[in-house]
Amino acid sequence: MIIRNAPTIRSSEITDENVYLRRREFILAAAVPALAAAAGFARGVTLDAAQPAQDQIPNLRKSAYTLNEEWNTYGDITSYNNFYEFGTDKADPARNAKSFRVKPWTVKIDGLVNKPADYQLEDLLKPHALEERVYRLRCVEAWSMVIPWVGFALADLLKRVEPSSQAKFVEFTTLADRSQMPGLRSAILNWPYVEGLRLDEAMHPLTILAVGLYGRTLPNQNGAPLRLVVPWKYGFKSIKSIVRIRLVDKQPTTAWVAYGPQEYGFYSNVNPQVDHPRWSQGSERRIGEFFKRKTLMFNGYGDQVAGLYAGMDLRRNF
Amino acid sequence: MIRAAKYVVFVSALCPMVYLGWGAWAHALGANPIETITRETGVWTLRFLLLTLLATPLRRWTGWNDAIRFRRMLGLFAFFYGSLHLATYLWLDQFFDGAAIIKDIYKRPFITAGVSAFLLMLPLALTSTAGMIRRLGGKRWRQLHRLAYGSAVVGVVHYWWLVKADIRPPRNYAIILGVLFVSRIWYGLARRRG
Repeated sequence: MIIRNAPTIRSSEITDENVYLRRREFILAAAVPALAAAAGFARGVTLDAAQPAQDQIPNLRKSAYTLNEEWNTYGDITSYNNFYEFGTDKADPARNAKSFRVKPWTVKIDGLVNKPADYQLEDLLKPHALEERVYRLRCVEAWSMVIPWVGFALADLLKRVEPSSQAKFVEFTTLADRSQMPGLRSAILNWPYVEGLRLDEAMHPLTILAVGLYGRTLPNQNGAPLRLVVPWKYGFKSIKSIVRIRLVDKQPTTAWVAYGPQEYGFYSNVNPQVDHPRWSQGSERRIGEFFKRKTLMFNGYGDQVAGLYAGMDLRRNF
Repeated sequence: MIRAAKYVVFVSALCPMVYLGWGAWAHALGANPIETITRETGVWTLRFLLLTLLATPLRRWTGWNDAIRFRRMLGLFAFFYGSLHLATYLWLDQFFDGAAIIKDIYKRPFITAGVSAFLLMLPLALTSTAGMIRRLGGKRWRQLHRLAYGSAVVGVVHYWWLVKADIRPPRNYAIILGVLFVSRIWYGLARRRG
């Protein structure tokens, strides 16, 4: 006699195969919280007790550029910085940039433009509506953050100064003032710090000039008063405390390429498939998280920017 | 007197670990606590290794013979912090992913150097007891323990290779190590001549 029983396990009780295949992670995840808490990774709140001393930016627009990811805390964003002009330790910029003078501030825009000018920062900003842009920032050192910047599209500024038809690249320069920046005393990089973008990268709507974060003016250690943010490239491309923007016809020699051309490329797009010669770029530690995450191609902005590099060998043009 | 001093050294040598433990619990290790723990345990390994290697030259320079009596403890602390450093890498950086770890050791010269520096310390820690000294015999034991220099050299190389641009800290350790080397060679030559 054959007894045919209907299956007694309801489909809702069957573990999804994807979940099943990841069972080790769940076991780890279940085992780790106690240890993680002991190690100081339990974080309940986003905003720190540390009150930002920066001015609130009025008339700030929200933008469509946002992320469904938890923002890093104001404290983390403003205490863990790479800004070698103020020292090479992550805590140095917050300490050494306290009395950095960002007013008055002049930005020279020159090179292959029809309207070169020395702008006072206020005049440079006046025509632009500031908006909030929440971006991932991926450092070449394999850590990342989510930061709510305040800024405007670099393209809007470039259109104002009218690049000439020969302009192919944009070169940016950071202030190099020995009296204010103790890091300049050691020749770690060729000062001043220089960065660059291809003109189409600079004109891309994701590329912004930032003047603030968390709705307030930029703290000095984050590159006050004006910095670049290019979210699909490693953090060092997003140059801080800009004093000059020059349109040029040749690819600029950037500070990190001058330091180590075999380690740092002009493009420096976030790319988990192309390792830094000395360490992997396949994963990253999101600041505030215990486990590492997989690094995303173009830092997760591939849909918007992959087209800029169509047909290019990204292994060679790293 | 030496006994009391040893207690003081022992408790002092534990301070970095106590600080890291407290800091992790109190959220006082900065935005990237795992990086802080990794860096601090690594730097303290190197410091204790150099302190260990300082014992003999110090005795020769100052005639303070008891310097040598701290050597084993300092060496074992180097091994202790080296073990913590390695454990941090295996656990908090690689999450015990065996395949990834092996690939990393093979592919990344600075990881290769770091693991080598640790492996060079391992036989020294295992033969640090009085019983092992007796079993090996003084001469062979001393020869074996010259590996401490090898470990320190490879440890400095490990540090040098991992820094992004600011080579000043590893360079300082290299200079100290160089001075210790020169002193040892100097002493060796002087003894041969004298």
